[in-house]
Amino acid sequence: MNELMLGKLHILSLVTWLPAAGALALLFFHKEKTDQIRVFANAWAALCFVVSLPLLVAFDRSKAGFQFIEDHQWIPSIGVRYQMGIDGMALVLIVLTTLLGAIAALSSWNYIRTREKEFYVFLLLLQTGMLGVFVALDFFLFYVFWEVMLVPMYFIIGIWGGENRLYAAIKFFLYTLVGSVVMLLAILKLYFTLPELVASHSSELNAWLAPFAGNEATTNMVRNAAQAAGASTQTAFASSFNIPIFHALGQFIPLDAQIWLWAAFFIGFAIKVPMFPFHTWLPDAHVEAPTAGSVILAGVLLKLGTYGFLRFSLPILPGASVDARVLNVVVPLAVIGIIYGALLSLYFIYTSSDMKKLVAYSSVSHMGMVMLGIFAANPNGINGAIVQMVNHGISTSALFLIVGVLYERRHTRQISEYSGLSQVMPVFATIFLIMTMSSIGLPLLNGFIGEFLILRGAFERNVWWGVWAVTGIVLGAAYMLWLYQKTMFGRIEQPENEKLPDLSRREVAYFLPLVVLAFAIGILPQQFILNYIQTPTQYIVSQVDRSYVQPKQAALQPAATDSPEGTGSK
Amino acid sequence: MPTGITSNELWLIAPELIITLFACLALVVDIVAGRGRGRWTALFCLTGIGFALISTGILYSEHHGSERAAFYRMVAVDDYAIFFKFLFLIAAALTILISVRYLDVERHQSGEFYALIMFAVLGMMFMASGTDLLSLYVSLELMAIAVYVLVGYLRNDRKSNEAAIKYFLLGAFSSGIMLYGISLFYGAAASTNLSDISAAVVELTAEGQPMRYLLLIALVLMAAGMCFKIAAVPFHMWAPDAYEGAPTPVTAFMSVAVKAASFAMFTRIFLDGFGAMRYLPGGLPGWALILGIAAAVTITWGNIAATTQKNVKRLLAYSSIGHAGYLLLGLVAGNRTGYTGILIYLLVYTFMNLGAWTVIIALRREGIAGDEVEDLNGLVHKAPALAVFMLVFLLALAGIPPTAGFIGKYYIFLALIEAGSVESNPWMYALAVLAVLMTAVAIYYYYTIVKAMFLTDSDAKIAVEPTRVQWSVAAAAFVLTIGMGVLPQFFINRSVEAARRFQVYPQRPQAAPTPARSTAPQTGQLRQRDNGTNEN
Repeated sequence: MNELMLGKLHILSLVTWLPAAGALALLFFHKEKTDQIRVFANAWAALCFVVSLPLLVAFDRSKAGFQFIEDHQWIPSIGVRYQMGIDGMALVLIVLTTLLGAIAALSSWNYIRTREKEFYVFLLLLQTGMLGVFVALDFFLFYVFWEVMLVPMYFIIGIWGGENRLYAAIKFFLYTLVGSVVMLLAILKLYFTLPELVASHSSELNAWLAPFAGNEATTNMVRNAAQAAGASTQTAFASSFNIPIFHALGQFIPLDAQIWLWAAFFIGFAIKVPMFPFHTWLPDAHVEAPTAGSVILAGVLLKLGTYGFLRFSLPILPGASVDARVLNVVVPLAVIGIIYGALLSLYFIYTSSDMKKLVAYSSVSHMGMVMLGIFAANPNGINGAIVQMVNHGISTSALFLIVGVLYERRHTRQISEYSGLSQVMPVFATIFLIMTMSSIGLPLLNGFIGEFLILRGAFERNVWWGVWAVTGIVLGAAYMLWLYQKTMFGRIEQPENEKLPDLSRREVAYFLPLVVLAFAIGILPQQFILNYIQTPTQYIVSQVDRSYVQPKQAALQPAATDSPEGTGSK
Repeated sequence: MPTGITSNELWLIAPELIITLFACLALVVDIVAGRGRGRWTALFCLTGIGFALISTGILYSEHHGSERAAFYRMVAVDDYAIFFKFLFLIAAALTILISVRYLDVERHQSGEFYALIMFAVLGMMFMASGTDLLSLYVSLELMAIAVYVLVGYLRNDRKSNEAAIKYFLLGAFSSGIMLYGISLFYGAAASTNLSDISAAVVELTAEGQPMRYLLLIALVLMAAGMCFKIAAVPFHMWAPDAYEGAPTPVTAFMSVAVKAASFAMFTRIFLDGFGAMRYLPGGLPGWALILGIAAAVTITWGNIAATTQKNVKRLLAYSSIGHAGYLLLGLVAGNRTGYTGILIYLLVYTFMNLGAWTVIIALRREGIAGDEVEDLNGLVHKAPALAVFMLVFLLALAGIPPTAGFIGKYYIFLALIEAGSVESNPWMYALAVLAVLMTAVAIYYYYTIVKAMFLTDSDAKIAVEPTRVQWSVAAAAFVLTIGMGVLPQFFINRSVEAARRFQVYPQRPQAAPTPARSTAPQTGQLRQRDNGTNEN
């Protein structure tokens, strides 16, 4: 199985649209036949995951540029093409998405007991939207997926959510919409600027393409885009939405214009991440959303923001991304997010309030870490950011599932309602422990790898960044351990908790892949994730920092030894 | 200039002649069929529209890419006019289709309703093809008077009467204002023909010309009159009341066809006639500034006022005010992208808005008005297909991809970005930012409807049973709304060729002391634009 073979199958289109096809098929089920609907939806979500797996095998990890490229005519008169392609970063996020999609469906088996048909339709549509964002190589296509995804999420929160669901749902929608429409303007401005850039920088374009010599599909796509934009005349405007060509030529946009564009993208992505002070939609959405909604929200949706920074902001607008004016805003915000999220989480434990709120604020803190890694803009920082994106998807999703398990049994999420659960639910307590440790970054678990790389990257960049990040990690350990202690240890004080059943087989089934992944990434990070993301990381760093020389193939080895060494020395 | 009227010229207005014939005969058919047999008249009118569509199609295939002036340059048949004629005819046909059952429920089934729609369409078709201020004005009045009557059609309904009176008084007032503007232009340019005016204003508005202030006043009057017609703030006050009081199919017709016709006329007058006044030299505000402010205020107010509405008809009325603002932005941007944007926006707006109105009309049943937001509660359980259709229409109205509404908004935003870049005018960017932020406000109020349909349970148990016709119209609109969003190329091509006739009017160099030099090429270009494509 190689890229060529899968490319002929239009594998990316298949992976992207398969969930939507399932949603379409679900429409033909009778809404009363809930068992059939459940079985079908779960089977389909699992199928979507299985179909995405060949990508991992066929993906050429050392090849620069994009793979499995699909490139078709779509709306010629506005330069829009149906272009898809992935690099290693997108690949790991795609597999994470399909996995969490299957898990989310399975976790809803008992949780969702009203309007099941609609629920699974929306869940599958949401998955198509998220996958589309990761595979799109055309700005227009990207934007379509980016927006369309909001609609099913709105319904998932709004129909199956908690008491305050209507408020949370519309708040989620409006916040993210405001961000994305501002981003749309930046996209249009880039689109409009491209012909000038192509006309004045064609020789630099060739130089930029040189490292992709082995990747015909990528170079052809970029050359075609350049040709399309180059055909623009005074009377007949023509341009392209191709994303890689903006990577190539974005750097030539004057710095002041870059900063404006950067700001517009920033609003779109920062709301999604979410960064302080744009984070207020997140706790509301998480607290109200059903478990599956929270899993998807934390596991994938938040990553779209950081993915946006890595795919668009840094490579397209490198000048602005390292400009002091930008960093002076972004880094403090990231640091505030880290500390603020952690402190609030501590506060929620102190007052024994809603567990979901706690996990939601811990997300703000963790995503702040990721942002710090991204803006360290060195190989370790960005590697760490991507690893941590995946880690956060694993551990935070698991924590939401854990809260969901408790909620299904007791219909409350108040920390004060639980204590000593490890006595009645030993399997559950074990899984919770693993995920707590993963979240606080215990060595041999996935969280450690990500946090370590981010810290290293941050220290390399600026000691103070590292200091702040460490503070966040310490606080993170405090609230997670405290939460675990409060709920799992001690005596059972609530009579209702004495007879709580332990995890069912179905519940174990959806925790198991997450636990396995947590260990796998923790023990063998190189094989399971770093090998995939090293090439994209080096590419992003070289985009931002022109003096950075991309290590050639051989250089994979030294970088490979980085993290195990670090593991040992800490 | 031709002498007399030739049969060739009559052939050019064949669709209009067909509509006239059928509109007049419809009144007869109504009498022959007898009371309460309005359906026959409806069918008759639909036949007429069918013939008109066919003849428009023939005209399109014969004159595609060229421009034929007729009747002493009173009307012209070009791609622009034909584009709009298709639009009006289709909108009218759909309106008639969704009216039949509504009038049954209202117990007001009679033929003159359909005849009036035909007359209104006749006015619209001439509004799209008029090239003379007088022919345009007369067509506008023909449309407006028919619509005044339609608004007050439910004569036992006080709301309907009130709406008609309000609409009529303000409409007459605005016509007067516009007529005053026309007279001033005639006084200055000695002609009411748009191309004569466009040639004259270039020199008349040059710095130091005494006439330029008069022309500015005339321009403001024309803009005010047109803004009344498209319900742009601050001349929008009639719209919510008229939309709410009018029979719902008429409201649909007004928000779609009447608005499109007014825009057809607006765009033609301001580009073909007053194009040179987009920017005025010597510190005077041109229409780019005037309309830019109007558009900004319209978008803001239309969208914000809509958020507090509890009645769906009023809500959609305010939303259509907001849409008028977006359309104005296409004109303000003043480039080809913007012109194309106006056309494609109107096209997609027709289908998504008519679709939304069709769903509202389907809710009108015995004993239930169906136009409060509460009446939509739990629609997804009663009529799932209608609810999903409505969701898509609302998403389209808000401009969420991949619906057709996004394509319209895309063009408007791109036009503003383009104008901002090319003219290095930061205000265009500011308008773009305002416009995109207001789409978020729009989502908020559209989602009050979505919330009612999907997230709220209904207490009323009366079933919603759309007729097969209503269902088909909604389904067709649904397919088009999605289809034009996903595969818009065909519709973009039609809009591009329709907009091709308009010139771009850039900022005239401020320090040009001799207007003749800088303007001569402009007037020349105006006539020579079709040189290449005239022969097919």
